[in-house]
Amino acid sequence: MIVQVDNPVVEVHDLTVSYDRKPVLWDIDLTLPAGALVGVIGPNGAGKSTLIKAMMDLLPTSSGYVRIFNEPIKQVHKRISYVPQRESVDWDFPASVFDVVLMGRYGNLGLFRGPRKADKDAAMEALEKVNMQSFANRQISQLSGGQQQRVFLARALAQNADVYFMDEPFAGVDIATETAIIELLRQMRAQGKTVIVVHHDLQSAADYFDWVVLLNMRLVASGPTEKVLTQELLEQTYGGKLTVLSKVGDLLRKQEFPARETKV
Amino acid sequence: MNAFWIILTGSLVATCCSLLGCYLILRRMAMVGDAISHAVLPGIVIAFLVTGSRDSMPMLIGAGLLGVITTFLIEFFHRYARVQADASIGVTFTWLFAIGIILISVFAGQVDLDQDCVLYGEIAYVPLDLWITEGNLNYGPRTVWTLGFVTLLIILFITIGYKELFLTTFDPAFAAAIGFSTSLWYYLLMTAVSLTTVASFESVGAILVVAFLVAPPATAYLLTDNFKVMLILSVMLGILASAAGYFLAVWMDGSIAGAIATVAGIEFTLVFLFSPTKGQLLRRRQVAPARQPEEALA
Repeated sequence: MIVQVDNPVVEVHDLTVSYDRKPVLWDIDLTLPAGALVGVIGPNGAGKSTLIKAMMDLLPTSSGYVRIFNEPIKQVHKRISYVPQRESVDWDFPASVFDVVLMGRYGNLGLFRGPRKADKDAAMEALEKVNMQSFANRQISQLSGGQQQRVFLARALAQNADVYFMDEPFAGVDIATETAIIELLRQMRAQGKTVIVVHHDLQSAADYFDWVVLLNMRLVASGPTEKVLTQELLEQTYGGKLTVLSKVGDLLRKQEFPARETKV
Repeated sequence: MNAFWIILTGSLVATCCSLLGCYLILRRMAMVGDAISHAVLPGIVIAFLVTGSRDSMPMLIGAGLLGVITTFLIEFFHRYARVQADASIGVTFTWLFAIGIILISVFAGQVDLDQDCVLYGEIAYVPLDLWITEGNLNYGPRTVWTLGFVTLLIILFITIGYKELFLTTFDPAFAAAIGFSTSLWYYLLMTAVSLTTVASFESVGAILVVAFLVAPPATAYLLTDNFKVMLILSVMLGILASAAGYFLAVWMDGSIAGAIATVAGIEFTLVFLFSPTKGQLLRRRQVAPARQPEEALA
């Protein structure tokens, strides 16, 4: 069940990504339409984050290629923005909320140029969109999880890109922030932006996204939400022996049982 | 006059090291600075053997190359041989430093360098090595000119690449996604660390370089939440340590470099205890959490 589109925003062709010669993504072949809210969904370890990082050329790939707006990524960096996982940075860094949001403008500045008034206005406007304008001068270590996520979102908004990649923006945020974020994503879609979101909650997926990519190391499905979120395809993604095995693996890791008997 | 030249030399080294150290500690790479400061030794010796002189330029180039090679080897062992980062730092720099020591001892007759000088330096001799032109004009100590030049380069580098260094230090993944080359800025930063090390090694030695790379930035980090303020504060703390360390050494009649590093350590301890925001004793509890989450949700 892989639906291909004409004039795709993102085109992934035969993509394989390996860590340590062990493939974590096999032979992904998909196209994503413009102006869509795309959810990338799959179990833990399915390679969801790996897929969006590979799409942005942040990871070396074993084979295949990615085109964005029908161009290699190096040509279109300015039209791409990224919201990494919150935990990926050090929130004790000596920076204010405004400093971080302003980083969204850096891609548009030359080497010798610092941010100008227009850039600062754009950053402030982005902060207003996520309702954080009163936090502009706050030190980032004083933010709650939801506020950190809003700051990251504001940074991406300040960039005014055309394609947004977001890695688990709903993970560990309060319900008010989640509602505010999804409302913003819908506004972005209305402006013709394409937003690709790594998501782990099946419950809300049908409501949030209009295009869904189901992933479990291989591509299970990619298409309009109503065609893809079916019992059968979800079972293919989460079900079967693979899930049982990974659940056992998770359990072992959580309880720190030795994976095999060790002689003492 | 001698006191002035010695304190000026210490302050120039402190300025370069503290500025670069701010980036190193925020990247959790302080020990990479340590590694580079030792591993440039073979570069210095080879540059000396090739050119036969103790001119600054060949040595800066030789050491700069070795610094980049060190960084590259650390990355390489860590990423491809899957050795832990700290182990890979330890293996790389001890090995390169040892090669430097062997080169010095084998070519001892030809090399006007010795191990003690590289490790501890001798800042007290700075005013003796003067730059005197043929017209008998005295421009002051040679080291001050070299260090002044390197300090200018470092300040220029940090001013020009301010936003790139800030961004790639805080969030390298985002930086790469919007088109900045994280490895280019990483290697530029490491080259700057190598240049600083070699320019300072004969006056203050590798150990004081490490002290300046880590202690003033770590102290400044405890004093402020603003990165620009952190850069300025760490330079001021470094200069203060140089001056106070010099007078401490004169008073005790002891090693100047040792006294400077000691003062840097005392500064850190005082700030650790008494910093208004992050100090252990005088911390203003609950900086501003009184009105936090609600207003964001309005």
